[in-house]
This record gives sequence, structure tokens and C-alpha cells, in this order.
Amino acid sequence: MSLFHTLGHYFLFIAQVFSKPQQWKRFWRQFIFEVNSLGINSLPIVGIISMFVGAALTIQTAFNIDSPFIPLYAVGLATRDSIILEFSPTIISLILAGKVGSSIASELGTMRVTEQIDALEIMGVNSSSFLVLPKIIAALFINPFLVIISMAIGMAGGWFFGLLAGVITTTEFVYGVKYAFQPFYITYALLKTVVFAFLITSISAYFGYYTAGGALEVGASSTKAVVYSSIFLLLTNFLLTQMLLS
Amino acid sequence: MIEIQHINKSFEDRQILNDVSVVFEEGKTNLVIGGSGSGKTVMMKCMVSLYTVDSGKILYDGRDFTLSTEDEKRDIRKDFGMVFQGGALFDSQTVAENVAFPLEMFANMTLAERNERVDFCLNRVNLTAAHDLYPSQISGGMKKRVAIARAIALNPRYLFCDEPNSGLDPYTSIVIDNLIQEITEEFNITTIINTHDMNSVLEIGQKIIYLNKGQKWWEGDKHSILETDNEEVNNFVYASELFKRIRKASR
Repeated sequence: MSLFHTLGHYFLFIAQVFSKPQQWKRFWRQFIFEVNSLGINSLPIVGIISMFVGAALTIQTAFNIDSPFIPLYAVGLATRDSIILEFSPTIISLILAGKVGSSIASELGTMRVTEQIDALEIMGVNSSSFLVLPKIIAALFINPFLVIISMAIGMAGGWFFGLLAGVITTTEFVYGVKYAFQPFYITYALLKTVVFAFLITSISAYFGYYTAGGALEVGASSTKAVVYSSIFLLLTNFLLTQMLLS
Repeated sequence: MIEIQHINKSFEDRQILNDVSVVFEEGKTNLVIGGSGSGKTVMMKCMVSLYTVDSGKILYDGRDFTLSTEDEKRDIRKDFGMVFQGGALFDSQTVAENVAFPLEMFANMTLAERNERVDFCLNRVNLTAAHDLYPSQISGGMKKRVAIARAIALNPRYLFCDEPNSGLDPYTSIVIDNLIQEITEEFNITTIINTHDMNSVLEIGQKIIYLNKGQKWWEGDKHSILETDNEEVNNFVYASELFKRIRKASR
């Protein structure tokens, strides 16, 4: 399939997905389920990765500051900016593309090859909207919270392990974290997160929904979902950074 | 009544259905038989609009399904019930939730009314004991029965069954066949069954359509199939020695 055909097909799919739910009660129940499944269940991995990346960032920055003219609080500042601007919104979203993206694609792919999606269609259910819309809305809602939690844990991890390694004091680290703080960075990070959440869920759902074949193809769809959502996420990251920060 | 008129369907350069016209009668079990690759499943999927026909008409009580918009198709589909080859039950839901699903989506019922209807449908297929089990916890035959219960939950006017006996033992196959026939007559449904099972053909074939190479080659019922001289039908139906003997005895 050509790139333009796939893109056109994807946009038609999105148009179908964003139609009014046939049953609001059912939609909200599914939304809560997806918030838990896609968001809350991702908290442990987000927490662990954020803590150790925050720790590594602090220690690496501290070891790379050789000059006596650079104050030690710069470690806190560098950790803060790296985490807020890039690590939490982008790297955590990439990790979620792997975890959540493959889960969405394999779930929908399995439903497709076992004819469960056909069964929904024959009952008169708009299957794409019924299955995919709650996932997209849930990710748009919960991912910013995950990223904020990741920022907090990342900086806490940086402080704790920096202290443990003896490369920085609490006073210097906290001063650095507060120094020249720009609230827009948070807005920028959350904006990116929302766009990434949409890309991850919609691209993964697209590949899962249009799976054809059997178990092998479900695996292939899952792989495609992760690869394409990661590529588009990184491409969009570059474009958004250029647009919002330059 | 369902009427299909001169339908054609191809995938790339492979012609699967070639000018097929059939009338499926109300209140009867209409069986579509034919070898693998004869176009049975494609025809059924065209009839429920999972595939779009290249040309021809599909009429549900005179309403042309092929010309309907997506929303109109969804409305017509609310009159459909379908039993898939593998059951197509929702894995994450219990047996009762599977049966309740179409009611929850489309019927304006209170919880008590819904539960009563679910119990009625499960009772109708003799599966009240499986109420709270998940599809992974029940046998293939039970899955087919749950699929039938789900298909009849909304009192459909048209019931489609794609190889309902595949993978079942002879006894369970007969149970499923009888159940489908009883339901068809009880609720005056137009039932279309794709099957390879010659027991079904001879037991419940009130109307039989034989497809071969994407074309309708023969049409009749369970009595006339015993007497036909159509060579292709005979080669297909009486492929086994057992059925050859049955035919000989019946003559």
C-alpha cells in the first residue's frame, strides 16, 4: 500500500472514530476502564524509569561540570529542564508507545481475526467509534497526569541519588530546580504529551483495527503500531519543538 | 424475505460470485451448500454488508441494502442476528453479558427487563448454568449456543449462521441444527445457514442452494436433493459411501 493511500485510509478511520457514541453510558464506562488500563497500569513503569533517568541525569551533569565558574546549582537546573522539556513528555511517551501501543494493536487485531469486530458491525454498532474513541479520549486525559508524575519522580530521583552519590546538596539542587523557571515549559510539555497521546492511540488502533489474517498478522500489526507511532511521535516532537520554542 | 439479484463480487482479478440470484424465504431454514472456495461465506458477508458487492441488489423486504447509507445500514442491521463460525463472543464479557450486549446497546429496557430477556434467551438454548462463565471457560458447542442466544436477543427478522456445526461432534451438531430450526419457526425468522454438513442438509434443509465456482448451480429442498440428477450436486452431496447408500435406500 502506498504512503498516501495509507494516510488517506487513516484519516477516514479517524473520521469514523470521532462520531457521536451510540450509548453514552457505555462510553463513559469504557472510558473509565481505559483510563485504568492505559494510564493507571502504566504508573509503575513510568515511575521506575523516571526515577532512574532523573538520577542518571543529575550524576552525569554533576560529573561533567568541571569548571569552577559553573555553580553547582546548575545540576538541578539542567536536570529540571532536561526532564520537563524532553524526558518526561517525549521519552515517557515513547515508552508508552511500546507498552500501550502494542497492547491496543494486539487487542483490536485479535478482535478482528476472531470476528468480534464483524459481530459488532452486524449488530449495528459503529465498531471503530465504540472500541477506539474511549481509548483515545482516555489517553488524552490521563497521559498529561502521567507526565506530571514522571516530572516529579524524575526530579525527586535526581535529588535523592545525587545526594546519595555525594555530588550535590539539597540546598543547591532545590535552588537549581527553582532558578529561572519558566512556566511555559510545562505548558509546552503537556501540549506535546496530548499530541503524542493522540498519535500513539490512533496509529496503534488503526493498525490493530485493520489486521487481516491470523495470529502472525496480529503480531505484525503490533510491531507496526509501535514502529509507526514512535516514528511519527519523534517527527512531531521535532516540529512542535521548532514551532513552540524557536 | 431476502432477495439477492444478480450479485457479482471479485477480489482483485478473482471473480468470487458470478451473477448470483436467490430468494431466501421467511420462516424457513435456507441452507447454502458448496465446496470450499465456492463463495458461500463471501455471499453471506455481502448480504450483511461486511463486503460491498460489485454489482447487483440485495433486498430486505423490498429495501435495497446496497443503496443504503452507512447509517441506514446500521438501522437495517438491528434486524440481523449472526452466528459466526467461531462464535465471535466477546472474550472480556461473561456469557450473560455477551447476550445482554445488544439489548444494552439498542433496546430501551430496564435492568430487570434486560436480565429477564437474557435469562429467557439462555434458557432457550439450554445454557442457564453458564450464566456467569467466560467464553474461555466453555466448550465449542456451548459457545455456538451462546452465539445463538446473543443473535436472537433482539428478536431478529433475519438470522445468518456461518457454518454453525464446524468443529462440533455429531450429537452437538444435531442439537444446534434443531435449535436453529425451532427458533426459525417459533419466531418466523428468515434464516440463512452456510454449511458443509450433509446431516444438516438432510435434516433441516427447507430450502437448499448449491453454489459452485461462484454461481448458483442448483436449488431445491431436502427431499428434491435426494432425487436430483444434477451431477455436481450429486458429486458434492454424495461424496461418501454412506450418503450414496442413503440415497440408494431412499430410492
